[in-house]
Amino acid sequence: MARSTAESRNASAYWRANVRLLLRLLCVWFLVSYGFGILLVDVLNQVRIPGTGFPLGFWFAQQGSIYVFVALIFVYVWRMNRLDAEFGVAEE
Amino acid sequence: MNVQAWTFVIVGLSFALYIGVAIWSRASSTKEFYVAGVGVSPVANGLATAADWMSAASFISMAGLISFLGYDGSVYLMGWTGGYVLLALLLAPYLRKFGKYTVPDFVGDRYYSQVARLVAVVCAIFVSFTYVAGQMRGVGIVFSRFLEVDITFGVLIGMGLVFFYAVLGGMKGITYTQVAQYCVLIFAYLVPAIFISLLISGSALPQLGFGSVDVGSGEYLLDRLDGLHAELGFAPYTAGSKGTLDMFAITTALMVGTAGLPHVLIRFFTVPRVRDARISVGWALLFIAILYTTAPAVAVFARTNLLATVSEQPYAEVPEWFETWEDTGLIAYEDHNGDGLIQYVGANSPLENELTIDRDIMVLANPEIADLPAWVIGLVAAGGLAAALSTAAGLLLVVSSAVSHDLLKRSFRPGITERGELVAARLSAAVAVVVAGYLGIDPPGFVAEVVAFAFGLAASSFFPILILGIFWKRMNREGAIAGMISGIVFTAAYIVFFKFVDPAANVPDRWLLGISPEGIGTVGMVINFLVSTVVSLLTPPPPEAIQRLVDDIRVPKGAGPAHEIRA
Repeated sequence: MARSTAESRNASAYWRANVRLLLRLLCVWFLVSYGFGILLVDVLNQVRIPGTGFPLGFWFAQQGSIYVFVALIFVYVWRMNRLDAEFGVAEE
Repeated sequence: MNVQAWTFVIVGLSFALYIGVAIWSRASSTKEFYVAGVGVSPVANGLATAADWMSAASFISMAGLISFLGYDGSVYLMGWTGGYVLLALLLAPYLRKFGKYTVPDFVGDRYYSQVARLVAVVCAIFVSFTYVAGQMRGVGIVFSRFLEVDITFGVLIGMGLVFFYAVLGGMKGITYTQVAQYCVLIFAYLVPAIFISLLISGSALPQLGFGSVDVGSGEYLLDRLDGLHAELGFAPYTAGSKGTLDMFAITTALMVGTAGLPHVLIRFFTVPRVRDARISVGWALLFIAILYTTAPAVAVFARTNLLATVSEQPYAEVPEWFETWEDTGLIAYEDHNGDGLIQYVGANSPLENELTIDRDIMVLANPEIADLPAWVIGLVAAGGLAAALSTAAGLLLVVSSAVSHDLLKRSFRPGITERGELVAARLSAAVAVVVAGYLGIDPPGFVAEVVAFAFGLAASSFFPILILGIFWKRMNREGAIAGMISGIVFTAAYIVFFKFVDPAANVPDRWLLGISPEGIGTVGMVINFLVSTVVSLLTPPPPEAIQRLVDDIRVPKGAGPAHEIRA
């Protein structure tokens, strides 16, 4: 199972692109849950979502973070499928 | 028809459905038994994962917990959903590419070690049994309350059913019954939530309803609830009382634990391709989010209704549901001041509290408190059973595959035939059902609490070594073994000390850094990461072949059907 140099260079470029994407998405993940939902909750609770009774920090902790999580995974899938095709490592 | 008749009919119909599905989809080979023949479509896998994942704790206990904890309950919401992001990005696609049957399989092969495999097997069995105990307790509660049978008999019925489809059907049977169970449980959760949301806020979407104006008082519902809380001496609902570090630690333990739970991980071995593994995590979280965004709304409605219904009411005139729950011992009233009224008050009130309510009953009692039709109550019972049974079955499969595949086939009896392995898998599933049933009849503590510990244990044992195994080629056998053992031993010792050895010391002042036993898995995970890294760097790097294996799992190309096992 020896790989050619070009192929392994391609594989490591793919891996780096993958890790970059992961880190970006994980920043968002951290921000909406630990950031908005826990660390900054008291500050954000000073603000209310207009037209509702939700304090903003409370809303992020009990609703908003979950919506963002779902979106993050679908964004990840979409970007990874594109990366797979770009680097020619997609499955048949 | 009365509540009990409806409950019998609806629960009976749902059970008939599961049995039908199980017969249609029984397994005939080990590959079908362990990973459903790797032929599950991503949406079906998402549905099955959601049912597998959402346990009695999610269905029965979570909204109740949030209802009593208010903002602090957010740890469960964020923790039990955020873990899926980690699962999708960091684990599922790579484990699918690896293409074996179980989590200990990955650990054993990646760390080229039988010892690592055995440690992983022990961790998997330990985590799964902790978790399954909570499920069986949930089954017992539902049966004893709604069908008025003895808890023991209720658990026996549950065991019989799980036995039937887990033992016969293996992963294939479980997957398709879980799809059916998801449909039952989500319907059962949403119907009463929408009913109550319409009654209280006039909005058909509970997610919006609990942020709207309360129809009765014209105030925002959350403001009204905070007001009631202040009046009765409870801490405000929308603000927290847990320490920030503890919130952080519990959320992390639950998230990471989710991503490290063997019965969830194993589900991503069942889809045909790597890209299916990725998207099925997305479907799973979407289906889970439907319940998880509804739960905090249910919590607010239930809390408001409860306070409005019982507070300062004459005990002689309590509604019927109050009495039936009193019979189960899950609500207790003691008239300390002899005025015949129910004083239900918090710690900040000058009055003495006279009412104790088990948090586990909130979801189950909610339709009755809100006076919904009898068939809705029966539906909720069926939903609770679906949630508990689907999770129990998934966990039992992990135990059975750990014994028949990891212990027998891969460790002690490599020469075992396909037929023999399948028999062993079924036998160990049967034994596991019996043990789980025993734990359900004689259960340790609250459903959600017990389950929360399973997360700590999974977080501190599996997660770090799976991540390092994929993302760090230098990670070796010695590091993995030392890391797993130090993580799980530390976490289990902390939990056992505060919960069983010296429960009196279980107060924030005595906790390490103010972190509760629920959150300690996070510290265990950090210990595991540190120990694994340091020990790996001090010992020789893994062999060339292992580094190639890591290269291979990092690219999707060439996944194909799950590989047959090569030593």
